This record gives sequence, structure tokens and C-alpha cells, in this order.
Amino acid sequence: MTQLIPYIVAAPLVGFLINGLFGGKYKNKAIAGWVGTLAVTISFIMACGVFFDMLSMPAESRAIHYKLLDWINVGKVNVGISYLIDQLSIIFILIITGVGALIHLYSTGYMKGDPGYTRFFTYLNLFIVMMLTLVMADNYLLTFLGWEGVGLCSYLLIGFWFDENKNNNAAKKAFIVNRVGDFGFLVAMGVMLVAFGSLNYSDIFPTALGMGSGNTMLIIITMMLFLGCTGKSAQIPLYIWLPDAMAGPTPVSALIHAATMVTSGIYLIARSNILFALSPPTLEVISIVAICTALLAAMIALFQNDIKKVLAYSTVSQLGYMFLGLGVGAFGAGVFHVMTHAFFKACLFLGSGAVIHAMHHEQDMQKMGGLKKYLPITFWTFMLATLAIAGIPPFAGFFSKDEILWKAFSQGSAFLWFLGALGALMTAFYMFRAVYLTFYGKERFDTGHHLPHEVGPAMWIPLVVLAGLSVVGGLLGTPTNALDSWLAPVVEKGEALVLASKSIPTPPFASQIEQLLLIISVLVALTGIVIATLYYKRRTTLAAKEKNLGAVYTLSTNKFYVDEIYDKTIIQPTYTISNSFLYKIVDVKIIDGIVNGSAASIDWISGIIRKIQTGIVQNYAVMIVVGILVLVSYVLIF
Amino acid sequence: MSSLSNYLIVSAILFMIGAAGVMFRKNVIVIFMCVELMLNAVNLTLIAFSQFMGDQQGQILVFFVMTVAAAEAAVGLAIVISVYRNKETIEIDKLNLLKG
Repeated sequence: MTQLIPYIVAAPLVGFLINGLFGGKYKNKAIAGWVGTLAVTISFIMACGVFFDMLSMPAESRAIHYKLLDWINVGKVNVGISYLIDQLSIIFILIITGVGALIHLYSTGYMKGDPGYTRFFTYLNLFIVMMLTLVMADNYLLTFLGWEGVGLCSYLLIGFWFDENKNNNAAKKAFIVNRVGDFGFLVAMGVMLVAFGSLNYSDIFPTALGMGSGNTMLIIITMMLFLGCTGKSAQIPLYIWLPDAMAGPTPVSALIHAATMVTSGIYLIARSNILFALSPPTLEVISIVAICTALLAAMIALFQNDIKKVLAYSTVSQLGYMFLGLGVGAFGAGVFHVMTHAFFKACLFLGSGAVIHAMHHEQDMQKMGGLKKYLPITFWTFMLATLAIAGIPPFAGFFSKDEILWKAFSQGSAFLWFLGALGALMTAFYMFRAVYLTFYGKERFDTGHHLPHEVGPAMWIPLVVLAGLSVVGGLLGTPTNALDSWLAPVVEKGEALVLASKSIPTPPFASQIEQLLLIISVLVALTGIVIATLYYKRRTTLAAKEKNLGAVYTLSTNKFYVDEIYDKTIIQPTYTISNSFLYKIVDVKIIDGIVNGSAASIDWISGIIRKIQTGIVQNYAVMIVVGILVLVSYVLIF
Repeated sequence: MSSLSNYLIVSAILFMIGAAGVMFRKNVIVIFMCVELMLNAVNLTLIAFSQFMGDQQGQILVFFVMTVAAAEAAVGLAIVISVYRNKETIEIDKLNLLKG
């Protein structure tokens, strides 16, 4: 089965090429949707084949290196287009192609009738190619290629409806903010070349192990990689692009900005777990940034009225939880949450897409309400996914989130756990607020004509599958320990190193405490749900009531003024410096001065020299004679 | 038969008179004649050397120079005539179209 590996990437690439090259000639545009969906489905089936093949192998020989091509051979640096399929990457491949295929299928319904239908599937297939490249690469450079490629696709798809300026601005914001993070990744690769002389995972990790914990080079590398992750995976300080990215079509939000691309930062850190485990200061930074992001985003999500904005901030918050897991050294737990989050958040986004579809592109929850009876399938799947994200047992989110919180408690501190639990309270609250505002209460839209109707099978099948996965997906983790033992060969070294560097004694009654914390966090989640139920289930005039909350409400709805702060501290100064210094002084005075000055000085010099050319032949004759006399006398004298 | 240096001195004087004329006279025809004077000064040198060194090649070269000078005189006078037709002058310091 290993010979199938390159075809996992090739299938969506072929789909991309077919739709991209011949898309304009299709008589029936639906072909584009089927080509795109089929390509990713084939990819998923092959990935399953490889996965079952790996299952039958002994654990230590499951990492498969597949070298496709040489790419860069300079001096001692060897970078190939070569793939590393191991326990970690196969999970991501299955998520990307599996959830990706479902979202492609959903898009055939959601995007029906859109003038850019073919273009949409072209971009979506390209995204799958790039995302697979990112997770399958066996070196940092090829990973970076995928990293940039998914950034490009993200840009193209956020600005998919490019005739509205708002969307273009959101796309540009995403791209530019990501560039800041990419700079970190680039610097990290440069330092790696200096420190290790290689970019291959298989060369770097053993060498790093020999360098010992706390090496400055490793700290620089990991800090810079984490900067890259804050961009791509939307953490403080670079998370600001993700909420705006909701300007793209909803399937894009589900696939790129919830399930896959934004988790590539988690993949990168889990992949480099040895490097991070050897840099305890970086892990500290990651934990702090992660918990701050999780709380800040959850607080912003509390009172958002745009259904997609709620989900966007919820994604940022959940990504914070994943990084919290990584930061305390629980790399496996972070990956586990990536997986369950991919299921329930994709389901939530697709559900919100179904709602938006039914409401004729209305996203404001203030104008929804009572949709339960019109959209029963959407409601139930949305509800299951909401229970999953809120952390109600036995749904998927409960196990993954609580594994992270437990690790935060046992390997971090009780304070981290407390903040995490606070975030979980807010998560349960804002998700149920969204459910109640959307599906319960009285209809707050015009019911006179065009009643909302349930979506077609192309759209509800993915919803049902994802909702099912949100229910059972968690069983892979804590209850059975299947995922932990599966991932162990990749992450156990890193996790052991973190534990060794912290030298935490196992607390007494560890399992009792764990169970106590489990019960507490379930109670916390239930509290959030109860608060939301009390305030939102039947009320219809909510906006006025929310304002009574004062500062919390103001800060939340204004997103803590982060965009405004960035505007004042970074964007405006950049504009001002660009205009008053770079443009009016550097460009106009210095650059133009050099160019015009060189022309002017040549003009001036030639103005002097041209006087020699008098046009009178006799002057030339005099010069010739004088020249000859000088030369002859020189020869005669010396 | 005088010595070689006498011939050379005479030809040097002739050459310098010609060169001075080329440099300082205004009339194009006079300049033209001065050029001829310079050529003939050179011819004189060639013949003198040829005579004193017993080598006939110098004499042959003089014939070539005279032939070229004749052709050059014909072309040069034609140019002077056409310049006069256009400018109504043959003062050389009026002919300065190439002034920079």
C-alpha cells in the first residue's frame, strides 16, 4: 500500500488541474463539483488503505519514508520532495481528506448557482493538495511550501466573492497577518540550517536530542516556529485575521478556518515535539499565550450576534486549548483535540451554513429564531455538535478538552486549569446562546412568504456524518486510550522530556483528583448551559437586556478593541511613516534625488565638455598638431 | 650635390608653412593649397631619402602620393564649389554646423 502515498496528493492535484484548465468549458457546471468531490474521496480511500496497512504493522515500523523526487541538493543540504507517513501525519491526512470530502459534497449543494462554482472547487482542491503537502512532508521546507500554499488558498477563498470590497479587505488582512507569522517560520529554518545543517526531520531530531535541554539555538528555533504558528493557527497576537476570514463562503470557513488549515500550527509543534520539549521557556510562552487566547476569544464570542462570528471566535478559543495542551507538554492531547474539534466545528459551521442558506444569506442571529421546526436535521446535528464543544459527556469534546485540562492541572498548574475551566464555562454559554437565538423562540424574520426550508441531501448527509463523529469521536481518546497508544512512537519522547524537565512528582490520589476535576468541569459546562437557557431560551428582546451588563458587554461586542488598538499602534503609524517619511522623504527626496541628480550632473558635465567641439575645423587641426608636438617632444626628451 | 640635411630642412620649412596655413588661414582654397604644400614637402623628403639611400621605392611612393593628391584636389575643389553654392562663402570659420 505504500506505493499509494504519492497518489494521495496526486488525486486532488488532478482534480485541481481538470477543473482549473477545463472548468470554463463545462456545459453543466455540476461536473466541477463532482470532479472535485470525487478527487478528494479517492484520496480519502487511499489514505484509509495506507492507514489499515499501518495498523497491521508493528508499532515501531509504522513510519514510512517515501522519496518522490530530489528537490534541492546544495552542499550538505539535501531537501527532497519526499513524504513521511507516520502515526501523526496519517491522522491529519485522514481528517483532511475525510472532512474535506464531506465538505466538498456539502459545497455541491451550498454553492449551487454561484457564478464562481467551478473556481470554487478548483481552489478547494488546490487547498487539499497544499494541506496534504504540509502534513506529509518529511522536511521543514516542503512543509513550508504547503504552509504558504494553504495561506494562498485561504486568501483566494476568503476573497472568493471579490466584487465586495469588504471581502477583499478580509482576504488581504489574512494574507498580511500570516506573512508576519511566516517570517518566523523562515527565520526558524535559517537558524536550523546553521545549527543542524539540514531541514529533514529525521536529521534534526536526533541531533537536537544530543544538544540537551535549554540550548539557545533550540529556543530561538522554537520561538520562531511558534511565531509562525500564532499566525497560521490564530493565536494572540496574530489571531485577528480569523474572525474576518468568515467573509468567505461557509464551507471554506468549515474546512480551512476551522477543521484543517488553522490546526497546521498544532501539527507543526506536535511534529517538532522534541525541539519544543528541549526548550522549556518556549513551552511556558505557549501555555501563557494559549490560555490568554482561549479566554479572550471566548469572552469576545459571548455576545456576538453574527452566527459565523460566534463560531469564528469559538475556533480561536478552541485552538487556544489545543496550544495549551502542547504548552504543558501533552502533545497527544493537543492532537486529539484537533481531531474532535475538526468533527464538531466542521459540523457547526456546515450547520450554520445550512441556516444561512435557508435564511437567504442572513447571518444575524437577532433576525432568526424558531428555526427548529423548519430545519429539523440541521437543528439536531447542530445540537449534537454544540453538546460536543460544550464538553458534555460522552460527546467528543468532553474527552479531548478534559484531557487537556487534566494535563494543564497535572503538568502545569491549578491556575491554568482554573482558567481553562472558566473558558469552558463561557464556551458552553455562548454556544447555547447561539443555539437558542437561532433555533428557539419566536421567528424574528418575515414569515409572510419564502419560509425557510430544510437543505437537500448533499448538504445534510455531511451534517449527519459529522454529527455522528462528534458523538463517538471522543471514544478514540481517553476511554480507550487508542489514540494515545497510536501516537506514542511519535510524541512519547517529547512528552517524557517535558516531564523530566519539570520533575513533577506524581501527586497523591492522582486518579481521584482527575475524576474530581472531570465532575467539576461537567458541572461547569452544565452551569453555562443553564445560564444560557435561563436567559435566552424564551426571550426575544435580548439586545436591550445584554446592554445592562455594562463594561463586559461593551468590551465583548467591540472585540476588546483589539482591531482598533492594532490600528492605532501598528497600522496608522505604518501609514504615517510610509506617507511622511518613506514617501515624502525617502522616495521623493532620496531615491528620486539620486536618479534625477545623476541625470542632472551628467547634463552639467557635458555642458562644460561640449565647448571643446567648436565646429571650426581649424581648431581641431591645431589640437592635432599640438598633440603631435607633445608626443614627439616626449619621445625625443625621454 | 648638397647634403641630405639641406633637403630635409627645406622640406621641414615647407611642411611648417603648410601646417601653419592650414591652422590659421580663413579661405578654404588657401587652406587647400597649404595641404598640397604639406604633401609636397613630404614628397621632397621621400625623394631626398630615396636619392641618398639608393632605394627606388621612395620615388615610386611619391608617384602614388601625387596621384592621390590630384584626385583629392579634384574632389576637394568640387566640395568647395558646392559649399559656396549653399553658403555663398568659403570662409572656414563660418562653416561651423557641427558646433557642440
